[in-house]
Amino acid sequence: MLRECWDFRGFILASVRRDFVSRYLGTSLGFFWAVAQPLTMILIYTLVLAEIMKPALPGHASRFAYSVYLCSGIILWQLFSDLLARSVGIFVHNAALLKKANLPKLAFPIIVALSGLSNFGVILVLFLGFMVVIGSFPAGSVFAMIPVVFLVVGFALGLGVLLGTVNVFYRDIEQSTSMVLQFWFWLTPIVYPGRALPGFAAHLLEWNPMWPIVNFAQTIFLEDRVPDWSTLLYPAVVAMIFLALGLVAFRRLSGEIVDEL
Amino acid sequence: MGYLRIRKLGKAYKRYPRKWGRLAEWMGLGVHHNLTWILRDVSFDVAAGEAVGIVGANGAGKSTLLKLITGTVRPTTGSFDVGGRIAALLELGIGFHQEFTGRQNVYMSGHILGIPGTQIALLMDEIESFAEIGEYIDQPVRTYSTGMQVRLAFSVATAVRPDILLVDEALSVGDTYFQHKSFDRIRQFRDQGTTLFFVSHSPAAIKTLCDRAILLDHGVVVRDDIPDAVLDYYNALIAAQRTEYEIWQSARAPGRTVTRSGTAEATIEGIELLSQGQASRALRTGDQAVIRVAVAAHAPVPTLTAGILIRDRLGNDVFGTNTFHLGASRSGLAPEEALMVEFSFTSLDLGAGSYSVTAALHSGDEHTQANFDWWDRALVFEVLPGNAPVSIGVCALDVSASWRTRVSGVTVPVPQCP
Repeated sequence: MLRECWDFRGFILASVRRDFVSRYLGTSLGFFWAVAQPLTMILIYTLVLAEIMKPALPGHASRFAYSVYLCSGIILWQLFSDLLARSVGIFVHNAALLKKANLPKLAFPIIVALSGLSNFGVILVLFLGFMVVIGSFPAGSVFAMIPVVFLVVGFALGLGVLLGTVNVFYRDIEQSTSMVLQFWFWLTPIVYPGRALPGFAAHLLEWNPMWPIVNFAQTIFLEDRVPDWSTLLYPAVVAMIFLALGLVAFRRLSGEIVDEL
Repeated sequence: MGYLRIRKLGKAYKRYPRKWGRLAEWMGLGVHHNLTWILRDVSFDVAAGEAVGIVGANGAGKSTLLKLITGTVRPTTGSFDVGGRIAALLELGIGFHQEFTGRQNVYMSGHILGIPGTQIALLMDEIESFAEIGEYIDQPVRTYSTGMQVRLAFSVATAVRPDILLVDEALSVGDTYFQHKSFDRIRQFRDQGTTLFFVSHSPAAIKTLCDRAILLDHGVVVRDDIPDAVLDYYNALIAAQRTEYEIWQSARAPGRTVTRSGTAEATIEGIELLSQGQASRALRTGDQAVIRVAVAAHAPVPTLTAGILIRDRLGNDVFGTNTFHLGASRSGLAPEEALMVEFSFTSLDLGAGSYSVTAALHSGDEHTQANFDWWDRALVFEVLPGNAPVSIGVCALDVSASWRTRVSGVTVPVPQCP
């Protein structure tokens, strides 16, 4: 299967490039829009919430503490939700190609991953630039982001391919995904600090595999230290389980996918 | 290289009568589907360089067979073996993105077809010139006409000569000029040794391009023979099916599916086609035939003309006349009088095909004067090829041909091509 994907690497790379370019094709500001959207969101949250949230982040005197906290969580979440939302519709939206051309189906999740990562890369570079400007670039710990990003990609793709396969047969999945993602976003301490939650919610939160991931990144950027790696164990196990489930579902149903589309 | 071995190939789609049946099956709770077979036990061999045409009605499984061979659809039973690179002209312009330029889309199509970018770069000039879209190659595809898109798509799809070429009705693309051009290219491929696998509804295309034809009917190979034999058999098969259908249809709901109009002083009560004295819906070219129209008057009708009009499958008038022109008008009909008029043809010289009869009652020589009843497509019948030499078209003219030696000095003027 992987060999086939390698043979079609030209197609994969061209699709990623096309995906990236086509979003801003025909706009006169082009690339600016890639940056404008996340920037606006961060700006709004910062302006509205920075003052209110200040007491919630004790020990961080910097004016930008909340912005850094917010950004480090939100860029990871964006990567996750972008990959998930796209891989859920992966087979349904590529129906025409899947039906008419003999392409390795696994190429599509790869395209989604690369394409999501390229968007993420742009935003990450901006964010790192911002960190340099405000003088708190986490030089000693930023390398620890690499496994975190891999973890997010693996988790999102595993879950996404599983749901994407089911979505071919039950289209309700795609409809509900954006809704679930909204809930999930607010159930993850990204905008607010984890401590802010009442007891029962905090217990619930322990099951959320995105929390340790987000928390890991927040610690890196806010405190410039590598947190305890063991906190990533639970999300890593969950990601592995979903990757395995996704692969099993895909392998067992890939023949029927084209029949059903 | 270029061979194709198909062994007991079958394709069935799963149907789940209940919505959650599939989910239950995933959970391991028994079987909840039944299978709908599209293809069954299809076996044949195609030798390298052979050109095979596939014919069959809609839903016979032709496209499914092509998709199986291309590899997009997985077979349920059986197996097949393909020697060499396959190119499929199933649908042109897959993966074309409207916002990108023609050139960018050529690269993308190439990738989808599995042609590396470096090779496409080498073929670019050739692709451009074959598509004949000129400057547009660097414009977004959304500014193209449909014909231009199709031309470009065809050029890419056929830029590299494949070992096996699958064509699904793709030849009916573009204008007549490009149709010829694309047809020529396929012919060239065939001459250079490409195995051709060709699905078409056009008997002419299959006859000129293929050395062999396979008839599929309800997913089964019915005939595998030289094109002429298979196409004749196919025509007879359609005729048989349609005839049955029409009889059923008119029996169930007389006049429901057709247009009727008129003032109804006199009405058409029924129409029949008789061949050798027997009611029939199918006859052979040159058969003796009678079209009988039953008429009833509902009010006093001073003069009555009955007319018939035979139309071909596409609705073109083939032949029409009426009792006025035939010198057989009726006058002075009393209310409730029942009559019957017969149009007798000593030899119905229609070409093979499907025809309809429209009947009308009016006064005077035309239905515009006083139209009592007009019944469109009151009857549909089939004409099968008779014993006469094979011909095409709606009429079977009596013709003969002979050869003679040309005496020198006698020339036949030849029109010059511009």
